[in-house]
Order: sequence, then C-alpha cells, then structure tokens
Amino acid sequence: MTHPTMEESAGFDRLTIDYIQRAAASGLYEIRGLGAKRRVPNFDDLLFLAASLSRYPLEGYRERCSTKTVLGTRFASRPIELAIPITIAGMSFGALSARVKDALGRAATELGTSTTTGDGGMTSEERNSSKTLVYQCLPSRYGFNPDDVRRADAIEIVIGQGAKPGGGGMLLGQKVNPRVARMRTLPEGVDQRSASRHPDWTGPDDLVIKIKELREITDWRTPIYVKVGATRVFNDVKLAVHAGADVVVVDGMQGGTAATQSVFIEHVGIPTLAALRQAVDALDDLNMRGRVQLVISGGIRSGADVAKALAMGADAVAMGQGVLIALGCNSDTYVSNGQHISALKDYSELGTAPGFCHHCHTGKCPVGVTTQDSTLELRLDPAVGAKRLKNYLQTVNMELSTIARACGKQDVHHLEKEDLVALTVESAAMAGVPLAGTAWIPGGSIT
Amino acid sequence: MANLKPIAAGPIREFDLEKDSLRELNQFLHSAATSHCQIQVRNPNGAHSIACGLNSELDVRIFGHVGYYAAGMNKLATVTIEGNAGPGVAENMMSGQVHVKGFASTAAGASAHGGLLVIDGDASLRCGISLKGADIVVGGSVGSFSAFMAQAGRIVICGDAEDALGDSLYEAVIYVRGKVASLGADARFEPMTEADFDTLRQLLKSAGLEYEASDFKRVASAKKMYHWHADANQEY
Repeated sequence: MTHPTMEESAGFDRLTIDYIQRAAASGLYEIRGLGAKRRVPNFDDLLFLAASLSRYPLEGYRERCSTKTVLGTRFASRPIELAIPITIAGMSFGALSARVKDALGRAATELGTSTTTGDGGMTSEERNSSKTLVYQCLPSRYGFNPDDVRRADAIEIVIGQGAKPGGGGMLLGQKVNPRVARMRTLPEGVDQRSASRHPDWTGPDDLVIKIKELREITDWRTPIYVKVGATRVFNDVKLAVHAGADVVVVDGMQGGTAATQSVFIEHVGIPTLAALRQAVDALDDLNMRGRVQLVISGGIRSGADVAKALAMGADAVAMGQGVLIALGCNSDTYVSNGQHISALKDYSELGTAPGFCHHCHTGKCPVGVTTQDSTLELRLDPAVGAKRLKNYLQTVNMELSTIARACGKQDVHHLEKEDLVALTVESAAMAGVPLAGTAWIPGGSIT
Repeated sequence: MANLKPIAAGPIREFDLEKDSLRELNQFLHSAATSHCQIQVRNPNGAHSIACGLNSELDVRIFGHVGYYAAGMNKLATVTIEGNAGPGVAENMMSGQVHVKGFASTAAGASAHGGLLVIDGDASLRCGISLKGADIVVGGSVGSFSAFMAQAGRIVICGDAEDALGDSLYEAVIYVRGKVASLGADARFEPMTEADFDTLRQLLKSAGLEYEASDFKRVASAKKMYHWHADANQEY
C-alpha cells in the first residue's frame, strides 16, 4: 500500500520513469503493435437521438433495413458491391500468417464484404478465400505485380496509416521467414524498415498521373482507393479527390499496426472522430458526397461505432484490431482440436498478459494471430477463426441496423448527423454535433 | 545500337496519338489479338502511361518523347522509345525489355522486379529506386539517390553518379564507370570479382555498349543497417 506521504509526480509518473530508464539502458525507442492506448475523444462520446414523437421508428425485428454498400462508383466500370458497410482493413502477410489471411477472406466472403492485402503482397490463400479483395499499392511495393493488380477487385494506394502517418512500414527480422522474404525480395531475417514515400511519384499532381496509369493497366474496370493517415485530413481528402480517387480511406490515430515506434502511435495524427468530420467537410466543400465514397477506420469496435461513423457521413468503415481480437488476439486461450488451451505462460514469457498484449512485433503471438512461427501459427485454425470473425462482424452489423431502425431509417446509409449529439465539449467540437441537451456546436468548420 | 531482342517480322499496326486515343492504344495492346504484330506509336507528344500493363510478347516502338510511366509494369513485351522518357519509365517491370534511346527522367525502373531497362542517355534522380531484381544499364550518368533502397538486381552506370548513390541498399549491386559524387548510407565500394566482370560484360553486351569492364567499380551494401540495434547507423 502506498504511504500517504509518498506523492507520485504527475509529470514523471511510473510509466514515464520506466520509459526513461528503458531508453537509458537500451538506446532504442520502443516498437510495439496495435494502436494508441491513450484516451482520446472517440465515438463513445457521441449518442443517438432515436425516434420518438418527432421521428417514426421502424419495427426492429420486422421491417427491412438495407445495409448494402457500393464503393467506387466515380470512374470504375466495376464498382464494389458489399452486403454490409463493414470491411476488413489492410493488414500484411508478414504481420499476419497466411492462415489468418485465409480466415479473414473466408469470413468476409460469407458476410459479403471485402478484405484487404497489406505491405507484402497478395497471398494465394487470401485471393482464393476472398470474393472481394482490395489490393494495396504501398510505398515499399513489396510483392507488387501486375498479375495481382489485374486480379484485384479494387486497388488501394496507401499514402499513410493512422498509427504512423509519415512513417514507413516495419517488420522485424524474426517475422521475415523464407516465404515472407521471398515475397518481399528481402534477405531472410533482416529487420525490414520500408519506405515512407512512393518510389515513382512525389506529390498530388504526380498522383493524378499514377492513378491514371493504374486505370489504364486495369482498363478502367477497377475502383481506385486512396488511403491517408489522419493528419491534415481536410486538405488531404481534397487532394485525393482531385487526384481522381474513387474512394478515400481515412485512418485515424487509433488505427493499429503490427510494429511501429510507440512515439508515433501515441503522438502523431488526429483522432478518428476529428478526422472523419474533416473528411466529410472536404467532400462537401467539393460537392463530391455520394460521388466519391468515404471509408473511415481507426479504432472502430462495435455497431454503435459504425452507426455513428455512417451518421457523420462515412459510406463504410474498415476494421483491423477488432478483427484480430475476434480471432483471438489478447484472449487467454487458443483453440486446438476443439479444446481451449491456456496461453498464459506464453504471454508471461513475453512480459505481458491477456488484455495488455501488444507484442505483435515479436512474432511470438501466444494465440497464433500475428506470427510467422511455424508452430505458433497452428494455434489459429482458419475455420475456427473465420467462424468467430463472422459472428463478430454479424453482431456489429446487427447492432448497426438496430440503431438505424430505432432512428427510423430503412437504410443504414440514411443515418445522418442530425441523429447525433455529443457528451463532451471536445467531441462536440471535433464531430461538429451539438452538446447533448443544447443547440451548441463549439468550434467551427475548417472550411 | 542496343543488342536487344530483334523486332519480330510480321504485320505492323500503327497508332497516331494525334488521332487515336491513349485508351484505344492501351486497350489494343492488352488484347490477345496483338501477339504477332509490331505496334508503332507515332506522335506520343509526351503522353503518360503509354504501353503500360503489357502482358504478352509484343514489339512496341514509340517514335517520340513519352511522359510518365511508359511501359509501366511491363511483362514479356519489348518496348523501344525513340526519344526521351518521363518519370517512372518501366516502373515495376516484371520481365521483357525496355529501351530508351534518349534520356530518362526520375525513378527510371523504380521497383522493377525483372527484365532489362536500357537508357542510352542520362537518367535523372532515383534511377533504380527500390529495385527488386531487374537489370538497368544507363549509357550516361545518373542523378542523386539512384538505387535508393534497391533490394535486388544490377545497375550499370557508364557515366557519373550524383550524390548518395546506393543509399540504404539491400542486395542490389551497382557497377559505375565514372565519378561518384558521394555514396549513400551503408553503401560501399567493393573489389570486382571475376563473376562481376562476367556479369558486367554480359549486361554491356545486352545494351550494345562497348566499354571495358575493367573501368567499372562495384558498389554494394555494407549491410550494417540490416539489423536494428543501438549502435547501428540511424541515418534514415
């Protein structure tokens, strides 16, 4: 028990002291996985104003509420049609095992949504299991090739990632096994730190030309997404639209990563809530709402989050960490031959515990999700993982449509900002909705 | 004259980009019906993305200057540019051959995985950036940051190299004949081996160049940045 006269410093608390001591001992910054742990204004700070006398609700279990979502209608001759507005975010083979990529594809296909490749190319497992697969074009161009461009359902040009806008990819050597190395054209075991800028274009005017090249290669069939990490979102979204994107993906600071410097994760970028509002403002400013679709990601967890994102103006969301947690990330057990096996010892050996683990970067994931280890990866059965993920996404989608019905909407895309209020002054200002019980929207538009 | 694959005999299909659209040209090049004819492109006038995404053993000859990404993502085809090329010529090439008879702008051969890119004149900044296995032969000089983060493949520079040549190299190897303004982080000169001389002679021959292999120096990675530790050079 702490003695009452022992006062902990607010500025140099135990976490800060531990950080300084560790830096002094190692001379290295910390690298870790997952997303920001600090509390920032988020969707929990918003509430719905459901129907009452002034609005008419739909019967929650009887009346139809559409979740159909179409992305890429601006220029592509083959837009993406999804059954739900909940997609699976880009995560690399390398960060994840091929078995996990397979599980993601199976679940997404069963639910009629898309999954996304990552920094490291397209695996045959995910292509085969994913009915709709978005192929990322990243600065590293690891494994990027025209055959996969042609067999992709959409192409996502990644400018940045919410966990590390302005930073390049990172995959430490313990995860660069022979297959990963071969796909990335790297020596086995090398600590891979990839580029933060694309090799063949440098600015928004170049991006116009790059997008047209990809359209020419795909004979204008395939939707082109542009993904930005959330910083100067208003201007970035406008530039992406100007460059010719069919879809803009905005990834807020709560977005996850397989391995990034902690200082990046916690101190660079803006919260998803603020980013979404700026992105919608940018589309409105260009009068492009509806012509260019907006996908928001970064810490989306539940149907409530999705409903709030759609009400604020997103067309769809992308989920990463929630998806991994559904597969078993941070669970105290993994499933083998139908039995739950304790992974507590493995967490302990990493110096962590279920609920706290962010050791994706080590490749020693106790539940076999973020690993390339041939033994550990067997802890995730693709069929079991796919079933769990399907259940989770189905639940999220049901929550979404339940809220939409309560707000009187026959289509989840009819949710609107007018349906929302904020619990705090900060979230009201960031989201641009009134503080609950008032008509007050603090702050102002960036336009 | 580069010693590249000869143009196949057969019917010639001509496109004039003052009359025909880029879309018509590329759509035609992507179609299966073009496998046995030579395609000539007149009046390219700096258009972007000419002959990108080719996927069969075509012979394409472009008479004039091209803009960005000419022959981008090329696979199997032979593309000859009788002029200068804009940024990203033959970017992400997988196989085949691309020959620029004039000069090339930035990022020539960026991220190319295979095939041969020959540039008779000079190449600008970041030539061979992120190279992943292709061969590039530059008859003239290259700009700064050429071969930046190049992972695999060979780059032959018959002239000089500007600053930071081979910065953050992985396994790619550079052969340079002229002066090097400076090497980039983790790049170093290494002695030429017999295998290097053989490789270099073969590449020069493929490009139709007659320089003495003994005039070239080898630049490769010192591999001190392969692993992340406190004493590593943190220049990037």
